[in-house]
Amino acid sequence: MTPNPYLFIVILVGVALAFPLIPLALAWIWRRIFQPSKPGPDKTSTYECGVESIGDAQIQFHSQYYLYAIIFLIFDVEAVFLVPFAVAFTGLPVGAFIAILVFLLLLVEGLAWAWGKGCLQWQR
Amino acid sequence: MSEQIDERLRTELQRQGVWVTSMQDLYNWGRKNSIWPLQFGLACCAIEMIATAASRYDIARFGGEIFRPSPRQADLMIVAGTVTKKMAPQIVRLYNQMADPKYVIAMGACAISGGPFKQGYNVLKGIDRYIPVDVYIPGCPPRPEALLHAFMELQSKIDSQKLTGAHKAVHLDPKQPSEFPVPTFGKHDLEPPGNPVVFQPPKIER
Repeated sequence: MTPNPYLFIVILVGVALAFPLIPLALAWIWRRIFQPSKPGPDKTSTYECGVESIGDAQIQFHSQYYLYAIIFLIFDVEAVFLVPFAVAFTGLPVGAFIAILVFLLLLVEGLAWAWGKGCLQWQR
Repeated sequence: MSEQIDERLRTELQRQGVWVTSMQDLYNWGRKNSIWPLQFGLACCAIEMIATAASRYDIARFGGEIFRPSPRQADLMIVAGTVTKKMAPQIVRLYNQMADPKYVIAMGACAISGGPFKQGYNVLKGIDRYIPVDVYIPGCPPRPEALLHAFMELQSKIDSQKLTGAHKAVHLDPKQPSEFPVPTFGKHDLEPPGNPVVFQPPKIER
């Protein structure tokens, strides 16, 4: 009778499990018999480079930050429009020049409005 | 335990190709041949320590080449260089964060006593004021051979440590501390100026 071909896989799985588990079990038994546990405030601290940690690792950005993000986004888009305007500046007709000035004026007006509302004031 | 084995019987067995050992000898043999030092240097002695780890002196021959940047994985702290009073609390905290068993080599005149800066205001007069030191190496700086010698001395110390009994190793004794108080910055000096548990200077009688 030939052995089941899957028998070798079962044996391999057993060896693969025993190989890491036996040293771990030996280390555990060693700790139980000989090595006393000596925890302490320094030994169990999170940060391990000799310096005491200050504050919490889980810092959060204030939700106030989104106003800055929106204003930044608007002026970032403005810069995208301004670059082709500056490149084509000498060949532009008067109408196009006035159009871009109106566009700039609208954005500056928006900034002045946001400034006036106190959006640039950092509030905690 | 090794002292219970008759030495003549052991050599006789070895001649026949039978090796007899004890749990303690096996444990210490494994530990002494893979001492992982903590990777940090304080001053010029660190250059000699780097030379010891590099190819010419090659501390790997003694099993100590794996310098770990984390105290959690290190067995040995080589205090290589001048310990300023600003740095001393961090050194003690690093020692506290090392896992047992842990050993300390004080390398160079500064680490063992303050060296040429002993009369100064900002240098600690020996790291043994706060943590227990196993091997002291004099020299300014000590040559790599001296560090290798200290390493071998430490290996022989580890080899002689007992697993059980009244004189068992410090890390196996539940009553012996594993952490030592970290000094704080006082008005003029570190507070306290020394840990009396580990530092008892000899009384000078005149």
